[in-house]
Amino acid sequence: MKKYTYTESKDTRSGFGAGLVEAGRKNENVVALCADLVGSLKMGDFIKEFPERFVQVGIAEANMMGIAAGMTIGGKIPFTGTFANFSTGRVYDQIRQSIAYSDKNVKICASHAGLTLGEDGATHQILEDIGLMKMLPGMTVINPCDYNQTKAATMAIAEHHGPVYLRFGRPVVPVFTPADQEFVIGKAWMVNEGTDVSIFATGHLVWEAIKAGEKLAEMGISAEIINIHTIKPLDAEAVLKSVAKTGCVVSAEEHNRLGGLGDSIAQLLAQNTPTPMEYVAVNDSFGESGTPEQLMKKYGLDDEHIIKAVQKVMERKKALAK
Amino acid sequence: MQTEEKETKSLEELEQIAKQVRRDIVRMVHGCQSGHPGGSLGCTDYLVALYFKIMNHKTDFNMNGEGEDLFFLSNGHISPVWYSVLARAGYFEVSELQSFRKLDSRLQGHPTTHEGLPGVRIASGSLGQGLSVAIGAALTKKLNNDAGLVFSLHGDGELQEGQIWEAALFAPHNKVDNLISTIDVNGQQIDGPTDQVLALGSLRAKWEAFGWDVLEMNGNDLADVIRVLELAKAKTRKGKPIMILMQTNMGHGVDFMMGSHKWHGVAPNDEQLSLALNQLTSGMQDY
Repeated sequence: MKKYTYTESKDTRSGFGAGLVEAGRKNENVVALCADLVGSLKMGDFIKEFPERFVQVGIAEANMMGIAAGMTIGGKIPFTGTFANFSTGRVYDQIRQSIAYSDKNVKICASHAGLTLGEDGATHQILEDIGLMKMLPGMTVINPCDYNQTKAATMAIAEHHGPVYLRFGRPVVPVFTPADQEFVIGKAWMVNEGTDVSIFATGHLVWEAIKAGEKLAEMGISAEIINIHTIKPLDAEAVLKSVAKTGCVVSAEEHNRLGGLGDSIAQLLAQNTPTPMEYVAVNDSFGESGTPEQLMKKYGLDDEHIIKAVQKVMERKKALAK
Repeated sequence: MQTEEKETKSLEELEQIAKQVRRDIVRMVHGCQSGHPGGSLGCTDYLVALYFKIMNHKTDFNMNGEGEDLFFLSNGHISPVWYSVLARAGYFEVSELQSFRKLDSRLQGHPTTHEGLPGVRIASGSLGQGLSVAIGAALTKKLNNDAGLVFSLHGDGELQEGQIWEAALFAPHNKVDNLISTIDVNGQQIDGPTDQVLALGSLRAKWEAFGWDVLEMNGNDLADVIRVLELAKAKTRKGKPIMILMQTNMGHGVDFMMGSHKWHGVAPNDEQLSLALNQLTSGMQDY
């Protein structure tokens, strides 16, 4: 089992900010738009280096999505920045018609996703955004797990033609993926190989899955941990290959159980190889105010809940074998 | 279409094209027994003037439209007039007009890029989005040092959508002065006159208060349309976006369709079609 350590912790949104500057340096067509949340989205460095390529739209997210769609006509690659809630639910029809249906090369970059936004509470803690975005034909949906992966993903989507939803967050979390990683859209990352259970994790839950995997090893359970950073298109090959080996599945995500990564995996398995599966996700509810740590524990999104889900699904696998 | 050909079109020739476009509109809507003839007939003169006189554009379609003037139709339900004008201008064969709203057609009920119809650069239909898109395209032209202008058309009922006013606030603040937007002020919407459904008040006062350079024109007088659009072009690149308030008759050119919201989204039957076509003789060929 590979041992993961870290020397520093950072927020994934800062990975976005760093990736955006790099993408801007590599491609002069990269432009950025923001709806009055420049500091929160860590867009300061991009604005400093490329002031003429930045558009401040004010608190007008619908207009921002339309302007971004229009800016692609003539070759620009717009990156929009606001909170995940205002990047998706608030502007769904604008994204649907002007971006997705029109196949515009817009990168919708969404910070403060999920419960870990914390104290602001449920009005701002969107847990439905992955579902909303993955239902749009042609939309790529990415939810990276740490600073380095978010930076690499930000640079990678600039090179990809087509609409993308990039989801990241506010809390400071361990940086455990390599700084020099190559980010391949749609290609799952094998965190740790195992034989007893497959844990498919995305976003902040990847680190929780790693912690869970260490504790499970002490209990004699060999968990295969795979990071699904790209929820759409799903790496079906990686999922099916792992499940063929382990025979049971736990999905882990900071999102509603309905419409998230778990749903995508369950659909794939139902069609190919029906397999016992448990979800670590928010169980069809809104969030509330609290610290990120308190919320993740209360809503069942930590290593302890992953371990419980693993134990439950392995019992089910055993029962089926009898 | 060659530039010189466009510029030599006489007013009489443009009037003739407008008649033919109106014939196309009622025939297309009749052909599939659905669609929106009222606003299409009202905006015919504007679109004929744009594509045959005002805009610098290439019928050899390119999505990025570098060096060209661009047009965005925000009130996408008047697709029949746009499709007819695009076909008559040479973007695609006029025979394709007969596929309007039918299965496997590039001429969808509302305009879209999805089926690759030349001339269309964004999907529209869900109202209120086109002004933002036009502003975005205008910003890119500025970033690219592209001398082309951006034109957009909106319905007056569409102004009830909130996104329009987000865009209205944005464009003057950011000096988007390579944009000429037009509102089709026909005073009608699906549920009745705009004054009854949700009154718009003084549009001139509103757009001026937001910081736009506001012009007015009679949208059913081709000579006036050309005069005001030329004036608008002369006013570009002076620090302000331009808004033209275009008075039109919904259903203009067909007497029994004129001035009523009842023909917003209703197709004529066989008898009404021949009545309408009798009022629209152009001397050109039907598709």
